Amino acid sequence: MADTILAVLEQREGKLNRVSWETVTAAQAISGQTGWPVEAVVMGSGANNVAREIAGKKLEKVYDLESPRLEPYTPDAFSFALKRFIGERRPKLVVMSNTYQARDFAPKLAAQLGCGLVSDAVACRYQGGQLVFVRKMFQGKFAADVTFTGEPPFLTTFQAGFFRGDQAQDAEAATAVETVNLDIPDAVVRTRPHEVFKEAKQAVDLTQAEFIVAVGRGIKEQKNIELAKQLADALGAEIAASRPVCDSGWLPLDRQVGSSGQTVAPKVYLALGISGAIQHVVGMKGSKTIVAVNKDGDAPIFEVADIALVANLFDVLPPLIEEVRKAKAVA
Amino acid sequence: MKILVCMKQVPQKDVTLQLNESGTWIREDTSYESNEPDAYALEEALQLKEKHGGEVVVISAGPARAQQVLREALAKGASRAIHLEDAGLVGLDAVGTAKALAAAIRDEQFDLILTGLQSDDCGYAQTGVILAELLGWPHATIVMQVEKQDGGIRVKRELEAGYFQFVDMPMPAVLTVQSGIKKLRYATLMGIKQAKNKPLRKLAAADLGPLGPNLLQIQRLYIPQKTKKTEVLNGTPAEMAKKLVEMLRNDAHVI
Repeated sequence: MADTILAVLEQREGKLNRVSWETVTAAQAISGQTGWPVEAVVMGSGANNVAREIAGKKLEKVYDLESPRLEPYTPDAFSFALKRFIGERRPKLVVMSNTYQARDFAPKLAAQLGCGLVSDAVACRYQGGQLVFVRKMFQGKFAADVTFTGEPPFLTTFQAGFFRGDQAQDAEAATAVETVNLDIPDAVVRTRPHEVFKEAKQAVDLTQAEFIVAVGRGIKEQKNIELAKQLADALGAEIAASRPVCDSGWLPLDRQVGSSGQTVAPKVYLALGISGAIQHVVGMKGSKTIVAVNKDGDAPIFEVADIALVANLFDVLPPLIEEVRKAKAVA
Repeated sequence: MKILVCMKQVPQKDVTLQLNESGTWIREDTSYESNEPDAYALEEALQLKEKHGGEVVVISAGPARAQQVLREALAKGASRAIHLEDAGLVGLDAVGTAKALAAAIRDEQFDLILTGLQSDDCGYAQTGVILAELLGWPHATIVMQVEKQDGGIRVKRELEAGYFQFVDMPMPAVLTVQSGIKKLRYATLMGIKQAKNKPLRKLAAADLGPLGPNLLQIQRLYIPQKTKKTEVLNGTPAEMAKKLVEMLRNDAHVI
């Protein structure tokens, strides 16, 4: 069988997860290098409309795996369905997005298939007949080139935001959709998920903020938050934080930016003592201007920063607050 | 409840790491700590034990220095530890590590296995889930809360963008725990003293049987290329502050 790439796309209750367009772009990009055609698969119960939506993209084929047990999502049913499907279709490479869902089932699927999984990749190149994936390690301090050593299929998940969903190539004529009805025995699914919910309504909508002052672990103590708040007040900015600060209870959870918090894109994002772990960066790298203050010049936050202040934030904050107040007074 | 907590020793978060000569890994001579999400997994396990009785056992695969992680866990209240210490166990990928862990506990009967959702060094976020599959147990990832109930447990999972979900599942099961779910305790002086007399069992690669080859290989580790042009502000903090305010006013127009 010819080598193919399988893009595993995600839907919930008949709505495609937008990040799946990035998966399509990633698969198409790898296809451009390898010449391997791309097929896509979506799973659910009544996901046919989603499959037809996907068929608008340039793909070899779209498969819709259907079973009442595929909705709601469980890792048991998903890995059962995909293991069987991949066993039959034998793609060389399976591409997913590193969503919370893929994080939940992809390692299980890899173990069932006895194959490797490069999780959370940010790029892939085809070099000397080998797929080389780039992924961040040590909290973003280093990048690694990673290859598979075993036999295909190879599994990979890509970090959100590294391929552009709006660059997924459209099909000239709609791609064929094939519905596959799967029989998934009762005993396969051992967990019982409840409805997805949101905790008490978020009081703060950071997505609309034009200016955000965000604090990270470097703020050291709860009492120092006050200093950052003074700066935010002087600037007329919203205050936000990376996960560790919210975990410590120093700022409420609805102030959290990152993969488990809000995704923001203000005009200016001022990061104070934030190291730049990938889980945070995905939530803010769309900001127009990123200013980073960190005493560690090697901190990964400087990779995405437009303006860098390599300095202790406690030395910078007092004069900065003063300068801002002066500037505002003049204005 | 008999609970196993899988913990990993990782380089400290705020230290600057150096690449080794071959550029395939970091230099060993740095300071280490317990992987943060694993510390939260331990805390959850200890609280479950305090509520429902039972035992908390900790396990770690790593060189001699990794014993520190286990000693700390014993000092916090775990009752015994297993250390997979062998040169042959260094540099395992997620599958290899999960196989080693599964082999090490094959003669024990745990109700729950908790571990952090990912490690701060490799960040694969795979080992716990693969371990569940190798044991034939159900799993849940990114767990925020664990409640015992009739016939199993109810866990609260974190999903994207502020969403959550409760999941009911039978035991035994593997859970990967999110950071921040409970306040971490400190080891007491008494705990540290008692830890010295708690059993710490060492296992070598030969005790675990064949683990198979790694399925992934790190070809090269390097400092990521910058994709952005960054303007670095120089001078004293006061000069930097002044320059920044000018830029915010004249270029970004936010002041």
